[in-house]
Amino acid sequence: MSRKPSDSHIDHYRRRFLKGLGGAVAAAATPGTARAAWGGNTLADTFADLFQDHYQRMTPEEIADTLARIERKAKRRYGTNITCKNTPPQDGVVYGYALNISKCRGYRECVSACMLENNLSRDMRYIQVLEMDNGSLNFEKADRYYDHRTVPAKGKYYLPIQCMHCDDAPCVKACPVEATWTEPDGIVVVDYDWCIGCRYCMIACPYEARHFNWGKPDLTAGEINPDTHFLGNRPRPTGVVEKCHFCIQRTRENRQPACQEACPTGARIFGNILDPNSEIRYVLENKAVFRLKEDLGTEPKFWYFHDN
Amino acid sequence: MLFRFIKYAFGQLIRGPLAYWLWLALLGCGIVFGGWHYYGQLRDGLIVTNMSDQVAWGFYISNFTFLVGVAAAAVMLAIPAYIFDRRDIKDVVLMGDTMAVTAVIMAMLFIMVDLGRPDRIWHLIPGIGRFHFPASMLAWDVVVLSGYLMLNLGISFYILYNHFQDKQPVVSRYFPFVILAIFWAISIHTVTAFLYSSNPGRPYWHTALLAPRFIASAFASGPALMIIGFQIIKRVIGYPISKSVISLLAIIIAFALQVTLFFIGTEIFTEFYNEGAHAASFRYLYFGLDGATALQPWIWTSLIMLVIATLILMIHRLRNNMFLLNVACVLTIIGVWIEKGMGLVIPGSVPTPLGEILEYLPNATEVSISIGIWCIGFLVFTLLAKAAAPIECKMLENRHFSKEELI
Repeated sequence: MSRKPSDSHIDHYRRRFLKGLGGAVAAAATPGTARAAWGGNTLADTFADLFQDHYQRMTPEEIADTLARIERKAKRRYGTNITCKNTPPQDGVVYGYALNISKCRGYRECVSACMLENNLSRDMRYIQVLEMDNGSLNFEKADRYYDHRTVPAKGKYYLPIQCMHCDDAPCVKACPVEATWTEPDGIVVVDYDWCIGCRYCMIACPYEARHFNWGKPDLTAGEINPDTHFLGNRPRPTGVVEKCHFCIQRTRENRQPACQEACPTGARIFGNILDPNSEIRYVLENKAVFRLKEDLGTEPKFWYFHDN
Repeated sequence: MLFRFIKYAFGQLIRGPLAYWLWLALLGCGIVFGGWHYYGQLRDGLIVTNMSDQVAWGFYISNFTFLVGVAAAAVMLAIPAYIFDRRDIKDVVLMGDTMAVTAVIMAMLFIMVDLGRPDRIWHLIPGIGRFHFPASMLAWDVVVLSGYLMLNLGISFYILYNHFQDKQPVVSRYFPFVILAIFWAISIHTVTAFLYSSNPGRPYWHTALLAPRFIASAFASGPALMIIGFQIIKRVIGYPISKSVISLLAIIIAFALQVTLFFIGTEIFTEFYNEGAHAASFRYLYFGLDGATALQPWIWTSLIMLVIATLILMIHRLRNNMFLLNVACVLTIIGVWIEKGMGLVIPGSVPTPLGEILEYLPNATEVSISIGIWCIGFLVFTLLAKAAAPIECKMLENRHFSKEELI
């Protein structure tokens, strides 16, 4: 409920405040690199950017061109060699997530692992961990700016919230240009080069899972994860919406998402809900599970459960 | 003939007294001022606004919502003019359409400046882009707004072009479009309401009463703007406006305001009688929530204005006093602008779906860009009215109004 973010959460309005103090001067002092002709792009790449087609409509050759161009741009912008893939979904796979709230201690390891893995702007978080009062599920009493150095706090429990990858996602329905859609493996993705930045999906989402690049993403060269996916963690432009994509660059290669790997308490279980032998299926079938705001009918693929 | 028409209209635009040019210069300054700030927003991103992930829609969308209502209200002239065949209303119906056209253009501009990537606006064009119709309510809004703009431009042009040629427009040719435009006008504000009410994750908006509330308040604010606008047109251009037009509009505002206040009352009762989480945004708006009270002065100002306007308009003696009527109109316009602007859009995000309270008020950039768009609106209206009014005035010359008939 607090309106004052803690040190670790430099959020949007705080950054604006800092920008007001020194940012404007700094921006004015370094005109050369950031504002070269075509934004430091070649003319050909600039035109290719401008007329790039929707991901689902591109031919394999166009996709290959686009991926190469994304890699070139990252090199120019950050001086880093990245690889940008478009690993396709696997047959017979639909991903789901289950989170054990009796294990979660609110350390926020998942939050920072996600930020590093997914090349998030440093003022953005895909995962919000809410500190909740024991015995209550009232979000208005939740605190998302708690200090994770002193957790777990007495009388509190922790509720991490990220994109639920709803089966009937209201954000997908809302988008006026089909820039966001559900992939066959159940991941709700965004084509960052197609989004017009109207933010209607953010309005439609009941979980605050969508985030907007209000300014230029705050990302420095040395911190970039070079293993990227077109629909995932590739560097994002200004003025578009992004969100958790279940670490598509990892999970489509049969690896676990970064938040799952980072969790020190083993609270997170991720897997293929179509596979009857998967751990997540065991949880869904044998534990008392619930979903947040299930009553809204969006069919989230993210469950919470308790040990007992 | 068409060439002569264009030449005539253009000739009207470049002829005018000093005051006309000063007015244009003033608007030009406002537009350059707004444009300069918009350039900054384009360069640095929407980070220069006060919007955030928590409150993702702000002042731009607030103005947009209000203006769609103004556009829809042109139907309050079209219905009496064409359905009830009121001659006096027909005389001014083109000026009402002009206002609708202006309001739609402004609404579209407010959407444009709200986009993070205006360079990708072509993604909305079916075929070249990918238009998510009919699933997305925003796609619906694009359809109804651009359709409404075409309809109004088309009908107005047809009538005006005939009047220019000293001919009476053939009713059977344009009447079907007029009927379509009447339904279309209701649809633009209904669809805009659905834009909000279709979000179950936002309890403040998620009510079937939202569309009726939109229509009711639009039928107050639109005619109020018309009453003020008609008097200005009368004074500046000498356009004859019948008293009966003003009194009909005043009655419409009176009814619409009463319904608006009644709707607000029913919502307040339903939210607060058994107050739950659903009512949090209402509590924030009217009484403040957890120490956050930024919108409280706005909404109470709006409510008081609307109540005073309603009282003036309900009492015959007060309503028939031109000065008090103007006061009521101004109060209605500002009151609805707050109520259907900031008062509608912002509480939808306060608290957020996960219960955070982050207050929002527009900053100087947002206000400056909005001023620019309002200046564009005044400019568009001025130019359209300047070109069209003389043709209509000439047409009305053989109507021989008596002095008492006119304002």
